[in-house]
Amino acid sequence: MIRAILVFNNHGKPRLIKFYEHYKEDVQQQIVRETFQLVAKRDENVCNFLEGGSLIGGSDYRLIYRHYATLYFVFCVDSCESELGILDLIQVFVETLDKCFENVCELDMIFHVDKVHHILDEIVMGGMVLETSMSEIVMRIEEQTKLEKQEAGLSSAPGRAVNAVKNIDLTQIRDIKLPDIQLPAFKNFKLS
Amino acid sequence: MDMALRKVKGNLERLFDKSLTDLVRGIRNNRDNEARYISQCLDEIKQELKQDNMAVKMNAIEKLTYLQMLGYDISWAAFNVIEVMSSTKFTCKRIGYLAASQSFSEDTEVLMLTTNMIRKDITSPNLYDASVALGGLACFISNDLARDLANDAMSLLTSSKPYIRKRAVLLLYKVFLKYPDALRPCFGRLKEKLEDPDPGVQSAAVNVICELARKHPKNYLALAPTFFKLMTNSTNNWMLIKIIKLFGALTPLEPRLGKKLIEPLTTLIHSTSAMSLLYECINTVIAVLLSMASGLPDHTSSIQLCVQKLRILIEDSDQNLKYLGLLAMSKILQAHPKSVLSLKDLILQCLDDRDESIRLRALDLLYGMVSKKTLIDIVKKLMDHMAKAEGSTYRDELLTKIIHICSQNNYQHVVDFEWYVSVLVDLTKMEGTHHGSQIATQLLDVAVRVPSIRHFTVQQMAILLENAHRLPLTAHGSTIHEVLLSAAWICGEFSDRHLIDPRLTMEAMLKSKVISYPAHVQAVYVQNIGKLYSKVIAKAEAEDDYDTVKAVGQMLVDRLPMFVGSSDLEVQERASTLLQVVQALRKMAERGDRIAGAVQLLYSGELNPVAAQAQRKVPIPDGLNLEAWINEPVVAKESSEEESDEDLERVQSPKKMFKKVKKPPAHFDEIPEERQPSRPEPSEKELDELRQRRLQEQASNPNYLKASGKANQRRSSGSIFSSPETPSTEQTSGIIPGLTSSQEYIRKKKKSEEPVSKKSKKSKKKAKAESDEEEGGAVAHQVNRGAGEMPEGATWSDHEENANDPYKALDIDIQSPLRAEERLPIYVHRRVANQETSPMEKEEDPVGKERRKGKKEKEEKKSKKKDKDEKKTKRKKTEKVFENVTAEVSLLNIEDNEVPTPKPAELASVVHVEEKKDKDDMDFWLAQEPKSEVERPKSLTLKKTSSVDKEKRPKEKDGKKKKKLRSKTRSRSAEEELMDEVPEVVDKAGYEEAFGLEQEGTANSSPQDETTSLSRFITLVEDKNVKVEYDTYISNASSRQIAGNFVFTNKLADASLKNITFEVVDSVGLGIDRDAGMEMPVKFAQMLPKANWNVTLLFTLKADSATPQSLRGSISYLKVDATGTSVPEMKDFRFQLSCSSFMLPVQISNNEYALLLESGQLNTSSRNQVEVGKMNFSEVISRICFRGQFYLVEQVANSATLHTMSILQQRVAVLIKMGDERVTIEVKSPEQALTTQLLAETVAAVQ
Repeated sequence: MIRAILVFNNHGKPRLIKFYEHYKEDVQQQIVRETFQLVAKRDENVCNFLEGGSLIGGSDYRLIYRHYATLYFVFCVDSCESELGILDLIQVFVETLDKCFENVCELDMIFHVDKVHHILDEIVMGGMVLETSMSEIVMRIEEQTKLEKQEAGLSSAPGRAVNAVKNIDLTQIRDIKLPDIQLPAFKNFKLS
Repeated sequence: MDMALRKVKGNLERLFDKSLTDLVRGIRNNRDNEARYISQCLDEIKQELKQDNMAVKMNAIEKLTYLQMLGYDISWAAFNVIEVMSSTKFTCKRIGYLAASQSFSEDTEVLMLTTNMIRKDITSPNLYDASVALGGLACFISNDLARDLANDAMSLLTSSKPYIRKRAVLLLYKVFLKYPDALRPCFGRLKEKLEDPDPGVQSAAVNVICELARKHPKNYLALAPTFFKLMTNSTNNWMLIKIIKLFGALTPLEPRLGKKLIEPLTTLIHSTSAMSLLYECINTVIAVLLSMASGLPDHTSSIQLCVQKLRILIEDSDQNLKYLGLLAMSKILQAHPKSVLSLKDLILQCLDDRDESIRLRALDLLYGMVSKKTLIDIVKKLMDHMAKAEGSTYRDELLTKIIHICSQNNYQHVVDFEWYVSVLVDLTKMEGTHHGSQIATQLLDVAVRVPSIRHFTVQQMAILLENAHRLPLTAHGSTIHEVLLSAAWICGEFSDRHLIDPRLTMEAMLKSKVISYPAHVQAVYVQNIGKLYSKVIAKAEAEDDYDTVKAVGQMLVDRLPMFVGSSDLEVQERASTLLQVVQALRKMAERGDRIAGAVQLLYSGELNPVAAQAQRKVPIPDGLNLEAWINEPVVAKESSEEESDEDLERVQSPKKMFKKVKKPPAHFDEIPEERQPSRPEPSEKELDELRQRRLQEQASNPNYLKASGKANQRRSSGSIFSSPETPSTEQTSGIIPGLTSSQEYIRKKKKSEEPVSKKSKKSKKKAKAESDEEEGGAVAHQVNRGAGEMPEGATWSDHEENANDPYKALDIDIQSPLRAEERLPIYVHRRVANQETSPMEKEEDPVGKERRKGKKEKEEKKSKKKDKDEKKTKRKKTEKVFENVTAEVSLLNIEDNEVPTPKPAELASVVHVEEKKDKDDMDFWLAQEPKSEVERPKSLTLKKTSSVDKEKRPKEKDGKKKKKLRSKTRSRSAEEELMDEVPEVVDKAGYEEAFGLEQEGTANSSPQDETTSLSRFITLVEDKNVKVEYDTYISNASSRQIAGNFVFTNKLADASLKNITFEVVDSVGLGIDRDAGMEMPVKFAQMLPKANWNVTLLFTLKADSATPQSLRGSISYLKVDATGTSVPEMKDFRFQLSCSSFMLPVQISNNEYALLLESGQLNTSSRNQVEVGKMNFSEVISRICFRGQFYLVEQVANSATLHTMSILQQRVAVLIKMGDERVTIEVKSPEQALTTQLLAETVAAVQ
């Protein structure tokens, strides 16, 4: 069984944490920190397995991780899972992300962590591997997105508009020179 | 209008709330004061959650989920999370469930409110609502939820959507973990999912069962045939890996399983390109090899194959493969160390790998590769590595490994203990090790266990003590002083004949530097100074050297006060005691008494190794009540006093008043306690005195100041006890004169051995066989390799049970049949009973009552809907039948209550027989060899079944009570059935008779597949030379696949058969399954006299009805007798498949059965009456069930209902009533031909 799935960046900032056993928030953070320390100090060309030790579970558990660009994907699993199988699963997970986000990068994970969770939920359920076929996973995600859009419908239009405005980079606008506009003199108006 | 306005308003307001994106961006823009920004956001979120608008709430919860990831506790919002979960919109629901899965736990109280909502969601008709709910529930399921929703989860297994089935299967595992009682009622359904048409569901089921089986493999052994079939048919690597891993766990329990596995696994190893699968195959092959007692000749090839493949993995540039290769190799090592030895160099290379994980794995391997011959060599290499190694962690790891390697199995591989002691001494000199205590333990252990080495050890330890100042004691974190503890103890304890100069050693132990050691070391020092003192005096007195006696006494009186002044109570106490003893002795000596004898009495007696478990195993003496208070609990009033007492004590000894003195190794637990008088707790007054006394002593004791500067000063000032003669250069080099080192030892030994080995060379050839024993023969040490002493009456147990294993509760026997009370609780709202409760309902247990009530309501609802007359009449008819049935059921229930529950002992015997039956099934399956081997499956089963019958026979004569018990021992079909409401008495009586039938010998039971209950061998064709029998079973219902199992027997004792060709010709309705790779004709080259062959052929049903099929076929062969003359023979036959060959005894609950009858699906029916003579009713039923693949739904008095389903998914219901020596059989099915045919077959079964 998979005990936990952690994604964090090269500085140890969590980008996704999923525990299939309940831990209190501070313990979760502690585990992320310790896992990061263990993983970060390893060279690029060493094996991807770590004996978990005291972190979670104990001696039966192992950390299996992959490092992609700025992100570490760490799975904590027990001896019932196949090591190479889990490595493949991480690959499936990342490739699915790549497909759903079109060239996934850390920013996608930062701003759409909920969507990442939904994708993960199609792959792993309650610590058990649910689906390993990428096309099936992507199909399910797309159907859900469609459903989401249907539900949002018109009512979300204003929201999207506001978001679009919020997303405008104001620094660019600042450079635009506005022509001087001569305002008509209001002196002559009378309020009578 | 108002609503719409509010909605618009809500949406507009929403525009100005922060979205998740805004929150994330805000956090990124406020890196400097993130905490403040977030607390601000949290306030906003709290405001948002107070609003009615669901969209606002959803947005807030979404943000909270993000904050949860950053470590903020969001449990306060649990109720709002549930609000969002309960939204009808998918988007909201999904966010709600995500938040719940991230933040809810067992303790989340509001979970209690959610049961109904979650039930609604998981059973929702909207695919994704259900899937999201299932996924979320799997994360936060609690004990209560598991209990209440188990039944719903189970019924989802039959959902029409594979996507939901898949999730339901996985959810069930979580349910089992939280509510183990659900396992048995659910398992039948779960097992069916192994054959689900959807590969995803199949894979999920495999996943769950593997997960269950891994923890308690023995309960799942009976599933091996199913998994075996899956393994040989599936191409899904993920699933294969799981199955193969499971087999790895099962083989140790059933060695014959391994035999069966080897071949397909080897094929997989050769054929697969997936490394992950290859690796797991190798792992399981290794497990198989481990499980077999001895490597048969053809298994050495398997080992070779594994080693060869693993070598490729280890040599691979991919570090992952290298790591796994080493991991798997370590397992081979346990079974076949010799085959791994060839890789020794490769593994030693891995010690140089950059990757620490790989180095550690390689070390593990070395651990196993050690033999008496290679030990010295390997340890030498490790020591070299240790010298080179960077980083103290790896060095420490090496050190531990060296010790483990040498000490494994109580020094199994160590021949030369002098060498080992030198290794240990070498390790002592290692800089900054954290494992001083390990080395210390080893020294002690060796000295105690190997009497012959004591002389050498004691001398070495004496040198070590004298030169303690040169050890790297001061290095950061060093624990090397632990070694001094052992050294002191060894010198003290074994000083008798081995210590050359006890006085010198004693002086070394009295050096002032000693008081800078940790207290527990000092304590041991003091104790052993006493021992040495006794030795010195004894020796001196024997030589009439009274000056020495006096001088030594004086020395102790001078030096001991430095220990008396210790801040540690243990040291203080021992030192004071010793000091008083010495002073007393001195007085005696001055009077001219001989004191040695008296002193020696103090320390006489041999100390033996004590087992590690001994302490725990000490039996509690009679009359000792551990629960009773020793002192009555103190009244609360005094607590303040007590506190002050404790405070005082804390002041008294700031360091370790009550902290346990660090324990010496477990073997010697009793040593420090030996002379510890149990003392009463000091009262306040006494403590005060103690403090006063100590203060005085401290004031008067010049040695009290512990500052090392002073101590050094003292030493350099030329005290007689220090060792001024040591030149300072040596101090740094770390070479201590006289102290051994392993290298030097080996060098010396080689020199001394050379002539010896030359001499013995002649005889060496003869002695080669025992070379392992002879190795290093010069030193033959007597080693005490026992486990150690145990208290009387206690026995050694291999492993101590781990009390808090979360999976322990799942150790449930899933094979034994369900008991009537075992069913999932059905969670029903309390209803006010407005209907009249009939007396029969009153008799039922509450669950059944509610259930029935539910049914009634259902029926009522339905009756309202169905207004058409024709349907009404039909319903009346079925209702009548069922009213009848239910009434009788309740009657039976009452009877049931009167029957006393079986006593445990009787139950045990029942279970025993049950197991035996199971075992027989397994035996049969396991006995089926791969086609290349000759076996006799049929005769084997015959024998076994009859042995079961013998056991059963005498019992049959017993009364009704026993009958009920025995009824539990029904055949394997019964164990698959979910006997919810059927009273046991009747239903199983039927199966007893099934055994009786077997006994008649015409039919032979050979349960072969999970889907069949009993199967019968029918003779297909027989002549004077050969006999072919067959039986059929449904192998895969969804692809209409029927398996025919053909057993060929050469009846001749003196002639073999050659060129056997067996062919069955396809018909329109039935044909050989070519998609499954079956080919016709089947040919064997040769059959030896009296040989058996077993062939399984797969057929597919092409016809659109499950009516009987008949295929023509022929068998031809050459009969070759002993003289070599051959006669060609040929025979035709017809391969008959009756209607029941296409039937599966699908289980069905009473309710479902009722609905089926109501549904109008079964629109054809026919009935017949048969004379049955003296046969009783249960016999009739058992015959029908046995012949016709029926599932007994219910049996009441003289009527019974049966159910079966054809391979074409047609359901068939049968009603049987018994009158005077005649039985009325009524069959209902959707197809007239099927009905007629089945009726005919059923009638034939009874006649």
